[in-house]
Formats: sequence, C-alpha cells, structure tokens
Amino acid sequence: MADLSININGLALKNPVLTASGTFGYGTEFQDFIDLERLGGFIVKGTTLKHREGNPYPRMAETPSGMLNAVGLQNKGVDYFIEHIYPTIKDIKSNILVNVSGSTVSDYVATAEKINELENIPGIELNISCPNVKEGGMAFGTSCASASEVVNEVRKVYKKHLMVKLSPNVTSIQEIALAAEGSGADSVSLINTLMGMAINTKTRKPVLSTITGGLSGPCVKPVALRMVWQVAKVVKIPVVGLGGICSATDAIEFLLAGASAVQIGTANFIDPMVTVKVIDGINDYLDQNGFTCVRDIIGLI
Amino acid sequence: MKKIIDFTVKENKRLNDDTILLVLYSSELPEIKPGQFVNVRVDHSPSTFLRRPISVHDVDVENGLLYLFIKIVGCGTSTLGEIEPGQKLNIILPLGNNFTIPSSGRPLLIGGGCGVAPMLHLSREMKARGLSPVVLIGTRTDKDILRKEEFEKYASVYYTTEDGSFGEKGYVTQHSILNESFDHIFCCGPEVMMRAVAGYANSKNIECEVSLENTMACGIGACLCCVTDTKEGHKCVCTEGPIFNIKDLKWQI
Repeated sequence: MADLSININGLALKNPVLTASGTFGYGTEFQDFIDLERLGGFIVKGTTLKHREGNPYPRMAETPSGMLNAVGLQNKGVDYFIEHIYPTIKDIKSNILVNVSGSTVSDYVATAEKINELENIPGIELNISCPNVKEGGMAFGTSCASASEVVNEVRKVYKKHLMVKLSPNVTSIQEIALAAEGSGADSVSLINTLMGMAINTKTRKPVLSTITGGLSGPCVKPVALRMVWQVAKVVKIPVVGLGGICSATDAIEFLLAGASAVQIGTANFIDPMVTVKVIDGINDYLDQNGFTCVRDIIGLI
Repeated sequence: MKKIIDFTVKENKRLNDDTILLVLYSSELPEIKPGQFVNVRVDHSPSTFLRRPISVHDVDVENGLLYLFIKIVGCGTSTLGEIEPGQKLNIILPLGNNFTIPSSGRPLLIGGGCGVAPMLHLSREMKARGLSPVVLIGTRTDKDILRKEEFEKYASVYYTTEDGSFGEKGYVTQHSILNESFDHIFCCGPEVMMRAVAGYANSKNIECEVSLENTMACGIGACLCCVTDTKEGHKCVCTEGPIFNIKDLKWQI
C-alpha cells in the first residue's frame, strides 16, 4: 500500500483524485455508487452569485470519444447553496471545493466572500474558463490582464485555498497560468473544455441551442496532457490536471507530466465508480513499480 | 437505491426490422416502478461514448428478469441489436420518477411507436391493483404493432396505424375510443404525438402524464444536460422526470 497523500499548497488530500466541477453534481448524486470519503476531494457544480437557469435545451451532443455541453452554469445561486446544499454535504470527510463563476469581477468577489465563511469548504476553484456563458466566464481566462484582475480581487477576500481553472482556448496557457500565479493563486487546474460545435445534417441546424459548446472526454486528453506538461514547467504552484481521464493509467500520465493531483470529469457519466477505481489503480501502479509514495512520480517527465 | 449491475443476456429477440426485445437476468434486480428507466453501457461500439437511456418495458421480479424494448436508431442501439445470449450488459438502475398510478377511475395508456415500451409494465401494475386499463397503440403500419398478446393480457387494447393496415386508420388522437370517458391519461411516444394527446387531455380536463426522452449524459442528475422547461424552471428529465404532468410543462396546448 503506497502513500497516496499529497499536499497541494496547504490543501491536504488523502489521495490525488478529485472530481471535476459540473460532472459530479454536489457529490450526493454518487452516494449510491461510491463512498465519497474515499475521494481526495470533490469540486461541486459551478456556483454564481445569483440563480441561473442555464442555456435552453438541447445542451449536449455526443461526439466520437467525448461530448459537447452547453449547460451554461445552471445553479440556484450561492445563497441557496449555503442554506440548502452545504448543510447536507459539510460533514462528508473529504475536501469539498466550490467552483465559483461570475459575469463580473464583483460577482466573483461577492460569491467567494460568502464561501469563505463556510468552515468545511477548504477551497474554491475559480472558474475563469467556462465557454458556455455570454458574459464573463471564459472571457476572464483568455487574457492575462483580465485573469490577473479577477484573481487579484478574489484573493483579497478569499483566505483559503484558491485554485484557478484555466481555459485551453487561448494562445498560450503558460502565460495565463503565470498571470494567475502572480496574482495569488494557490494552484491552477487545467483544462476546462475546448470550444467546439456539432451540426445535425438532417435538420441542417446546430445540435446545441447555443451553437458552440465545450468538448470533454477522452478525445481531449492528449491536448490536456500537453498543456499540463507545459504549465507545470513554468509555474511554481501545484498544477491539477484534468481532461478526459477515464482510468488510472490516464491519471498517472497526468502525474508524470507534472500534475500534483487530477480531476475526473466526464468519465463519471459512464462509470459512476470510476473515481475509486482510479485511486486503487494508482496505488497498484505504485506498488508494482516500486514507488512508496505518489509524490515520487509527479513531474518525472 | 440506484445500482450498477452486470446483467446476463437471456434472449435477444428481433421483433421487426428495427425493434428488439432484450430479456436480461440478474439475481440483484432491484424494485422498479412503471415509468422508470435504465442507463445501458454499450461496449464494442467505438462511436458510442455515453450510456443509452432505455425505458423499462417489463419486469419479472420473481425470476430476476428485466425486459427492454428497443428501437434500433443509431450505432449504440445497433450494437445492442447484435448482443447474444450469455453476454453481459452493464446497466445503472432504477432511474427517474414513475407514473402515478391512480387508486380508482378509468385509465387510458397511449403509446406511439417505441413509446409503447413503458406501457406494458404500467398496464400490468394497474391490473394487479384492480384497475381496468385501456391501452391505445399507434404506429405507422401493422409491422410495428408489437407485443400485442402481452398487452392484451392486462388491458383492453385498441390500435391505429397511419396507413390503415391494422386497427383504425390515422393518429392516436383520431381513434374513436377517445369518444369514451377516461379519468387519467398516460402517454409515451414522439413529442409531436404527446403534445397532441396533451391537447386532448387538456380540452377534456383529464389528468395527463407524459414520458419525456431528452438526450442525456449521466442519467443521475449530475450533468444537467437533459433539462426540460417547466413552470418552475429547468428540470432534469433524468431525476425529476422522465414522467411529467402536462400541467407542469410549458407546452402550448
């Protein structure tokens, strides 16, 4: 049994496996299938200052080895989360992070400030990379100046672990990562979805109501892995890798490329037990290859 | 409680050119209510990434059998069409809410095309509870009238075909049985048909539930992809449906 624990800049994880926001609900959706306390952590659904209905249906298109989504951050707002959802999950012994999104810098700040008060939420993941909202979201994550601004402002009010989720839809993800680091991020997570689209040739219309959406699943894994490797080389803060991870082998690739932890997203839809299988598989890999500790394989490439 | 179970295929019976009946066995078959669905992982189909949500056609609790009535549409269902007895199918179940079985009154169950699937389980359950369900099945032609004897075990069954090759000619909403009075309507089929039925139910002030089949990813309320617009905002078809009372939907009927 290898030591799977990892500390990412103050955030102590029992193992490096987290779940990706938007793919794991509030965790409770998966309680029938897995013991949530086995997870290194889970990142709950994107939360905004006010209630959002999200985009109209259809919001999803299956693609070869993946899917496009255009959910558009449907959620009931941070106050609803605090009053109705937080009490139901706060005693789960895992790291519960809240993914925070917004249309304006002040929205991000106000939301982060409220979540800062929640004792059992040790961190937030600042979503500056959602491709499915008209205002804000990815707009903040595609230039260094706007990324710096929003991270700086949130840093002033948010005292716990601040993870910043980066968009792959940029010219240089390294520069955005450095901007986030320079503005006070404790870690960066990457990648959010890649912008894509699908067309129905029978109706000659786009499949998604929003025309474009975010691509996820195994089809994005090589791109994600390359970006994690590039970012891990230039930043000093920990990198959390995600994008198409479906197996322990996939997760180990990200760790070797320099990720200190990983998130599992779309794979949860096909196998709700995938996360615990990945945790067990990482342990087996370490045992079989003579490593006593997961930290020994991070960034070997 | 939801489970992930590897079912064993007992039988894969082709009912017509593009419809199959899968009979699946598991010793762990959980309780399933009429209207609920299952999410089937399709192995060995490279272009099928997500599971396929399929409504439950019938269950045989005593013998651990699950019946799925599947129309072959794309690569995923084509692959299911080729599955052989003895092979395994990985299924998440039971999913979604269920039809509201009334305690009394005369229920009408309307199924269009492969929308007949959940109506067998529902009519069986209604009959077991002492109701006398009437089932109205609408298809394109007589070749699509399937599982007739099974339905006739539990219900009085009426038929329409678009070409008049069996039963009355036309659409379900044109069938003469609708001149009789009913207390509840349960409907599953193409959305255009369900909207027409909803319009009929609304005009006669009859309680009406419909089963929606929006495209889904997770089937357990995590991804929020399958939403339908209701008077209370977007609701997940997978967890807050698939059965909706037409009064809660925003359909213009």
